[in-house]
Order: sequence, then C-alpha cells, then structure tokens
Amino acid sequence: MSTRSPVPQVTSHPARPRPAAPQPTGHGVQLAEISQAGDRTFRFLAGGSGVLIIALVAFVGIFLLALALPSLLQDRDNFLFSRSWTVVGDELRFGIAGLLWTTVLSSVVAMIIAVPVAIGVALFLTQYLPRRFSGPLSFVIDLLAAVPSIIFGLWGLTVLGPFLRPVGLWVSGHLGFIPLFRAEIDPSSSVFVASVVLAIMILPIITAISRDVFTQTPRDQIEAALALGATRWEVIRSAVLPYGRSGVVSASMLGLGRALGETVAVLIILSQAAPGSAFTPSIFAGGETFASKIANNASEFDTPSKTGAFIAAGLVLFVVTFVVNALARIVATRGTARS
Amino acid sequence: MSLDTSSTPLSFRRPSGLRTVKNGAAWVYVSLAAVLTVIPLVWILYTVISQGYRLVLNSNWWLQSQRGITPRREGGGAYHAIIGTVEIGLICALIAVPLGILGAILLIEYARGSKAARAVSFAVDILSGLPSIVAALFIYALFITVFGFGRSVIAVSCALTLLMLPVVLRSTEEMLKLVPDSLREASYALGVPCWKTILHVVIPTAFSGISTGVVLGLARVMGETAPLLILVSYAVGINFSPTSATMGALPTMINSGRDQAPTLPGYERVWAAALTLILIVMLLNLLARGIARASKLKEK
Repeated sequence: MSTRSPVPQVTSHPARPRPAAPQPTGHGVQLAEISQAGDRTFRFLAGGSGVLIIALVAFVGIFLLALALPSLLQDRDNFLFSRSWTVVGDELRFGIAGLLWTTVLSSVVAMIIAVPVAIGVALFLTQYLPRRFSGPLSFVIDLLAAVPSIIFGLWGLTVLGPFLRPVGLWVSGHLGFIPLFRAEIDPSSSVFVASVVLAIMILPIITAISRDVFTQTPRDQIEAALALGATRWEVIRSAVLPYGRSGVVSASMLGLGRALGETVAVLIILSQAAPGSAFTPSIFAGGETFASKIANNASEFDTPSKTGAFIAAGLVLFVVTFVVNALARIVATRGTARS
Repeated sequence: MSLDTSSTPLSFRRPSGLRTVKNGAAWVYVSLAAVLTVIPLVWILYTVISQGYRLVLNSNWWLQSQRGITPRREGGGAYHAIIGTVEIGLICALIAVPLGILGAILLIEYARGSKAARAVSFAVDILSGLPSIVAALFIYALFITVFGFGRSVIAVSCALTLLMLPVVLRSTEEMLKLVPDSLREASYALGVPCWKTILHVVIPTAFSGISTGVVLGLARVMGETAPLLILVSYAVGINFSPTSATMGALPTMINSGRDQAPTLPGYERVWAAALTLILIVMLLNLLARGIARASKLKEK
C-alpha cells in the first residue's frame, strides 16, 4: 500500500477536509477554516468501539481460560476422556466425554432432521411460490425463530415429548440391538426429543440463509436450463442447487453452532430424566449437554475450583462453537469467491 | 461442428414419464417441507394461547406481582416479571445500540475494506455465534470472580449486550452499505466534514434499517434465559433497581414454575407467562417488519 499514511484511506471518501488557511482565491471567495476536532472525536469513538469489540472477544477466551486453568490443573481425571463429574471436596475428578457426546449427538441428529426440510422450504419459497405468497410465508418462518427457547423447551416436554413417544418406542423396539437406539428411559424426555426440538429451532436459521442464496441464482442459468426443456426439478438440480451448495453448507454449520450452544430448551427436556444415571450412548437416554450442565448447576458456583470446572466446560463449548462457526464462514467466503 | 437440422425437425414433446414423476415428487417434497415447518409454529402458539389466555385477559395479570402467592393459590400477575424483562432489555439496548452503530460506522465509513475492518468483522462473527451460556459465564468470570461484585441485573444486561451487539451492528452495516455514495459526496462538496455527514446525512437515511435491527436485537435478548439463570436470582416482588441481585423476568418466571403439578393454579401462570413473553417478542418482530415496510414505501 501507499507509504503516505499508515491507515489506508477509504477510496470512496475524499480525504478529510484540510484546514487550509483562508486564502483569497482568484474570484475573491473566502474558504472558511474547518475544524477537525469533531472529526477526530468521531473517528476516535468509532475506532474505540472497534477496539472494544475485538477486546471483548479476546477477553471471553482469556478469562474463561484463566479461570478454568487452576481447576484443570487439579483435575485428577483425564479432562477429555473422563465421564465423571466430581467437583466437590479436595479431589477434583471431572471430564467432558459424556457432555461432549450428548452435545454433539443431539446437535447432529437435529441437523440431520432440519437440513433436508430447510432446503425443501427454501426451494419452495424461492422456486415454487409466487412472490406475493413467499414474503408472508418467510415472515411466518422468521417468527418461528423468534419464539424464545424456554417456550420451545416447555412445549417440547409437555406436548411434543408425549407425541413422539410412539415413534421412540417403535424405533427402539426394532433397532434396539444397536446401542445408539437402545431404549434406556421413557422416550418422551430423551435426547431424541431434545434433538427434534433443536431441529425445529435451527430450521428457520438454515431456511433463511438458504433462501437468500437460492434467490441469488443467476437468472440466465435458470433460463438456459428452461430453454433446454428442463422441468422445474431439473432446473433446481442443475442450476439452483449447485449454485447454492456452499451457502447451504455454511447455513447448516451456523445452525449446528446454534444447536450446540442451546441451553434452556435442552435443559428442560433432559432434566426430567434421573440425573446421575449411568452414561449410555443411546439417543433414547437422558444426558446432559455442556450448556444444560452449566445452567443446571448455576446456583452452586460457590468455590473457585468448582466454578472453574464448569467454566472449563464452557470453554470447550466456546471452542467447539467457534470452530464450527469459523468453518461456516470459510465455506461461505470460498463459495462467494468461486461464483 | 454443424447441426443438420433438416433431417431432425424440432418436436415439442412433454417430458418423458420418469421426468414428470420426478418433477411431481420434488413438488410434493418441497410443499411437505413447508407444511412441516409451519406446523410447529402453529402448534406452539395453539398450546401457549389455549393454556394461558385466561389469565392474560385478566387485567390483574398486568398490574400485580407474585408476592405472597404460593403455587396452590390463584391470583397475582406478571407485572414484576414484565418490568424485569423490559428493564434488562433497555439497559442492554443502552449499551449495545451506540456500540453497534459506532462499530458499523467504523466498518463502512472509516475503514471499509481495510485490515482493521476485517478484524472487527471477524470479532462480530464470533460474537454472533457465541452461545448465550458462554456469554453468561464470561460475565460471571469477569464481574463476580475477578471484580468481586455480586450477581446483579446489570451483569445480566452486560451478558445479553454481547448477544444483541452483533444483531444491531450487522443490520446497521447492511443499511449503511445501501446509502448511496452520491449523498455523501454531495455533502462533502458542500464542505461538510465527515462526521457531520455521517450524523446528518448517512444515519438519517439509514434510520429505519437501524431501528429494525435494534428492535430485532431487543426481541432476541428479551427471550433469553440462560444468562438470567446464572447471573440473577428470580424474585416474585416488584423491583426496579438495576443493581439488585434479584429480579423477576418472564423467562425465569416460567423456569421457576415449570416443575409444578399441572393441576395447581401456579402451573397455569407458567403458561400465561409464556404467552406474555411470546406476545412481547412477536409484537417487537411485527414492529420491526412494520418499520422496514414503511421505509420501503417511502423510497418508492
């Protein structure tokens, strides 16, 4: 870049007005002196907010790490592979294996349910419905995203759980020989129900982003396909889906990130199962995710070592969601760079 | 390469059977997906409204607190929780809105396309993916473990600010991008300094979009529960103090009552609180849509 100024000037802007000394021009026009004080203050404020935002994000990582480290060092168990959670007393024994499994399992199942539906809805909104109807329907789907998570949890436990009970019993009855589907508890408040609720919660997010990508499909590609005699489905398969693929992948990752960090809905549904029951890998069992474990024990943050253990769990959640979100951004920028 | 069109005259046929079937199947699939998406919303709304409407229609619900009311007793209202939810939302907005707008101004007006802008943008991306429980833990670590303050309403608001900030900043940024450069240039040509141009030309032009972002951000933080669980205790009485360690809020009102037996009067209040919360959040969403639509009409 240029060597004139350390900060690259914005090209669409003229350089800041120079406080030239009032000079009589040829036509006798006097140029007033313009004060730079206002501009400096404003630039300082804007720059300060930028620094603050970056600092906040850095602090989230630093503080969580700093408070988690002492407990991590005292941990007698392997933090990554242990499933025990003893954080009271002198001897700390805790690990995240169980939490990680339930968190990832519930979110991945949620994604498997939500992504096909979300793609279908996004196609329906952009390729099938006339604009007059797709606007209101999009708004209705956005409203689904606005429903607070605690209400999803309450509804999931009292209404959806009993409704899905036969489904859970049927699946575990026929596929129960696989550990993943073994029936462990009453299926109306199992990880499976939590996954379905999570799927409903991330559905509007994935739909909204996919919809935006699909609408940007180049018009001429669609028309070229139509001109070759393609049916509507063939247009979608040959033009819309290839164009939107990276966008859909990135949207799904963002949805996954949201599902991984969801707290209260999961907490309400899973807290019905007896806490402390033996760990099983099944989706028809109870369990705890990172977020639900932390929220469930929020009232017991009394000693630093205990708090540190929960903060360590929070730190892992932060890192996992960070990686998932970063991957989503990378996929998205790659996609836009290619097209 | 040449095509001999004379020997094969163009014939317009309907697509073959399999292709028609596939096309029909795709239609059925996407319509089913749309129906499947709308069902949960309708179902949730039906559940919440049918279980909670009786109390919400009573004026006492909006005017009384839960002080002195046990789960076995009828009566009382959600006034204390509504106050808490609104107050927390307002404190949040007080911090997040200026910060978000200034951040967006930095990204678009001062540092568009620069390395600094990319760094800030990346940080905002991280913030928008931050789970609410991690934001709450961070504020807990900072305020309570490091600074030694107790739990407070302000702490909750700070945690929620982290969640509201990216919403406000991104929507402001999108709007500032849409402000035509000709407006800025016209202002500079008149000798108006950069900051006055931003304050008097750019921001007013983008105002509707910015307010949409603020309202949507408010709707998001008002429905959050996790930071409330960690950073403030639920109180049944009316309390306005932002430094208090206990305050009612609609999400925690739902949470504190959800374990009751469905036959108790307290259980109906849980659903009524849920309905109140949905009403507030949906009204905010409708308001945001209304603002966006009104400004679009003006542009035409």
